[in-house]
Amino acid sequence: MTLALATPLRLPARRLASFGWATTIAGVICLLVALTALLAPWIAPHDPTAVDPLNAYAPFSAAHPLGTDDLGRDLLSRLIAGSRTSLAGPLVVIVLSGATGTAIAVAAAWIGGWFDAAVSRVLDILFAFPGLVLAITVTAVFGAGFLAPVVALSLAYVPIIARVMRAAALRERSLPYVEALRVQGFSGWHICRRHLLPNLAPLLVVQAAISFGYAMIDLASISFLGLGLQPPAADWGLMIANGQPSILAGFPQQSIAAAVAVVITVVAFTVVAERMASR
Amino acid sequence: MTGLPWFVGRKLVAMLGTVLVASFVIYGALYLAPGDPAGLLAGGHEMSPAALAAIRAQYHLDDPFLVQYWRWLSGVLTGHLGDSMVVKEPVGSLIGARLVNTVLLVAYAAMLILGLGVLSGILAAVGGKVADAAVTVTTTVLMAAPAFVAAIVLIWIFATKLSWFPVYGSGTGFGDRIHHLTLPAIALSAGYLAYVSRITRAEVRAELTSDHVVAARARGVRRWAVLRKHVLRNAAAPVLAVSGITVAGLFAGTAIAEQAFGVSGLGSLLVQSAARQDLVVVQVLALLLVAAFVLVNMLVDVANAVLDPRLLRAREAG
Amino acid sequence: MSALLEFDRLRVEIPTPVGPRPLLRSVSLSVAAGEAVGLVGESGSGKSMTARSVLGMLPGGSVATGAVRFRGVDIGGLDPAGLRRLRSRDVAMVFQDPRASVNPVRTVGDFLTEVLRERGMSRAAAREKAGGILADIGVDRLAHRLKQRPYELSGGMLQRVVIAAALAGEPALILADEPTTALDVTTQEEVVAILDEQRRQRGTALLFISHDLELATAVCDRIAVMYAGEIVEILPAARLHEDARHPYTKALLKARPGSVPPGERLQTVPGVPQSAIDAPAGCVFADRCPVVEPLCRDTIPVLTAGVACHLEVS
Repeated sequence: MTLALATPLRLPARRLASFGWATTIAGVICLLVALTALLAPWIAPHDPTAVDPLNAYAPFSAAHPLGTDDLGRDLLSRLIAGSRTSLAGPLVVIVLSGATGTAIAVAAAWIGGWFDAAVSRVLDILFAFPGLVLAITVTAVFGAGFLAPVVALSLAYVPIIARVMRAAALRERSLPYVEALRVQGFSGWHICRRHLLPNLAPLLVVQAAISFGYAMIDLASISFLGLGLQPPAADWGLMIANGQPSILAGFPQQSIAAAVAVVITVVAFTVVAERMASR
Repeated sequence: MTGLPWFVGRKLVAMLGTVLVASFVIYGALYLAPGDPAGLLAGGHEMSPAALAAIRAQYHLDDPFLVQYWRWLSGVLTGHLGDSMVVKEPVGSLIGARLVNTVLLVAYAAMLILGLGVLSGILAAVGGKVADAAVTVTTTVLMAAPAFVAAIVLIWIFATKLSWFPVYGSGTGFGDRIHHLTLPAIALSAGYLAYVSRITRAEVRAELTSDHVVAARARGVRRWAVLRKHVLRNAAAPVLAVSGITVAGLFAGTAIAEQAFGVSGLGSLLVQSAARQDLVVVQVLALLLVAAFVLVNMLVDVANAVLDPRLLRAREAG
Repeated sequence: MSALLEFDRLRVEIPTPVGPRPLLRSVSLSVAAGEAVGLVGESGSGKSMTARSVLGMLPGGSVATGAVRFRGVDIGGLDPAGLRRLRSRDVAMVFQDPRASVNPVRTVGDFLTEVLRERGMSRAAAREKAGGILADIGVDRLAHRLKQRPYELSGGMLQRVVIAAALAGEPALILADEPTTALDVTTQEEVVAILDEQRRQRGTALLFISHDLELATAVCDRIAVMYAGEIVEILPAARLHEDARHPYTKALLKARPGSVPPGERLQTVPGVPQSAIDAPAGCVFADRCPVVEPLCRDTIPVLTAGVACHLEVS
């Protein structure tokens, strides 16, 4: 039972990552998306929330390269603005779950015994908890918005990270150099902080990078369900959902543009992550 | 202390343990929230102190946490699911009205995964280069598309280009329901279907070149019999394991498919209840979906052990 | 002596980006009905490939010239149905590792009766027959064994089951490809003894493939020594030590434990084993031969009077 199977994303990504050109393109896309998110307020051609009802559903043009939505807002500007929350959410998730998961994993591996057994058991149980259901439950308690789904998802990702890191920490701990350090009288805290963690860091980075794509899909799903950021915010998942009535009216641009943005970003990040993992 | 009954027993205990912990987490989440639980149960609406006091009394909110939890859990187990404070309806009847749609949707999607996914995987493995390339390209695209993207694309195609299937609502009666649930089932299963197809292809390929299949061919066993009794039979266990995980995952995915296509089911009820902070309903639904997820996972583990009895021994040794 | 199985200058090549490369260079050998022939050589010499060619199971894409004839019929010319008949009735193969060559998820009974059932034998009759053979080779608790699965059996027991399955089809020839290499030493002898005894009783011919000269000599009537895709010497097993003429055969005999007094250093064949692909243009053994002459390097010696060596042709 792995949450990582929630969307079977890794297989195509792993295949693409085996080609140099695909990895290069994916890397460039990642950089562009990240730069867009950083510079969003300065590069967006229009105010993403400026309503212009007379200009609703405008077709592609020089002024509006992707057209406008049902309220006449510029779609390209909204897409650019939306990159900020759409990237920040998963980033927070992997930082929180990465830090918590690694701390738990190293503690369990180092202390061992009943503590390790108990931690492993709890992780197994949490593993069986569908992340989306947990996120919806937490959102129900704290209310929709940016923070509740991000925190809930971080929680859901802790067991995934912790499992991998615990196994790695156990392997690392059994290496002779750890015993040698102990014989020299270094404290457990010192060995963990100065030797174990730095050696586990590359694995953690790979795990976090792979989780990033999944977190992005999960957060976009929650946002799509209307439990994330609320209108008029320009978030990709929200834009997909809000564009749905327009599809029926014959204007699919908004939903399709946002969906393409999500898919391309997720695939690009995962391809780069798989490339890192294969090293 | 060996064999299938022992295995099933241990799986059952593990499953009950997981559901129990899940119920604790779900109920406990209410107490993590800032503010008055009574106010939260009321759906965050402004209420008079008298009404809040009534809620406190009805839900025994002044009792210790564990007592409350126990009262809630035993209520759920005996079918007393409580009443929604927001829509003023018993949770039982809210769920009852929607259960059929969700079960049908999951069953439909599961059939697509096990039928199309496994068949296309076998086809890719033994059907020659053209079939393999076609299946590989299709599955690669499908795997990269999350459920909500698949939903949007399907709505776009079937609302504006083709009108084979309705893009909104649940329908009435069995045939009409199936008709309405077709697109949601496709959106829900597309990525998993592709994944199962790829796993099936890989497993069948591995079996085709395995020593025991070479040996079976060397014994002059018929081509079709080799494929059926040795290749597919042996690939069945790992394929089933992966399919099972994906089918279990469908329960959580119903939230997206039902919401996107306006299907009145448990997933959309969960989303709508969460949006209006109707915690009484959310708690029961979340527990139900987790239980369904865990139950399907357990059934798959057992089915797997029947297909490949080596698992019984491996688990016991480990 | 009419040949049951005959390899006639069999050559197998596989196409590579740099042109065809040989897997077998030239294999000529015959096995008479009821005879046991040992095919001995180092790993990579092409022993298994030779055995598989009898069943028409050469690697995909490879091209064979020469012929493998069974009862005078060229196997390369058989249609799929004919090939299946050959595999299921006339020739049975025992593979090296029973763990890998028996389907792990089906029962021992399924395995033993599969081919019999495909021939149209009833379930009960097939089980009866399989059970009888198991009893012949000293397996007890038959009803229980038939219900067991491969992982519940020891390696030695499983290889007995494989031999029983081979015998059940009443073949005229059994190909045994290193049948004991994957087993532990104590069970090796038992399994070989069973194979030897049963095939003698039934008058079944045997092509016994081994890297163990000692073992092959114990079971076989004649020994064919193979090196780099070519048979370099064929001689009666009983006169192996006396009659060995090829330098490679002599080197192999010296490399056996027991060939030197205890305490002395065991000789090894100098150099590393070669496969047909990187063997020299002339005699395959030229690169490692202690008595090599210029002629050996560029002219291929022909197998005459049981040996393929320029220096032995008088």
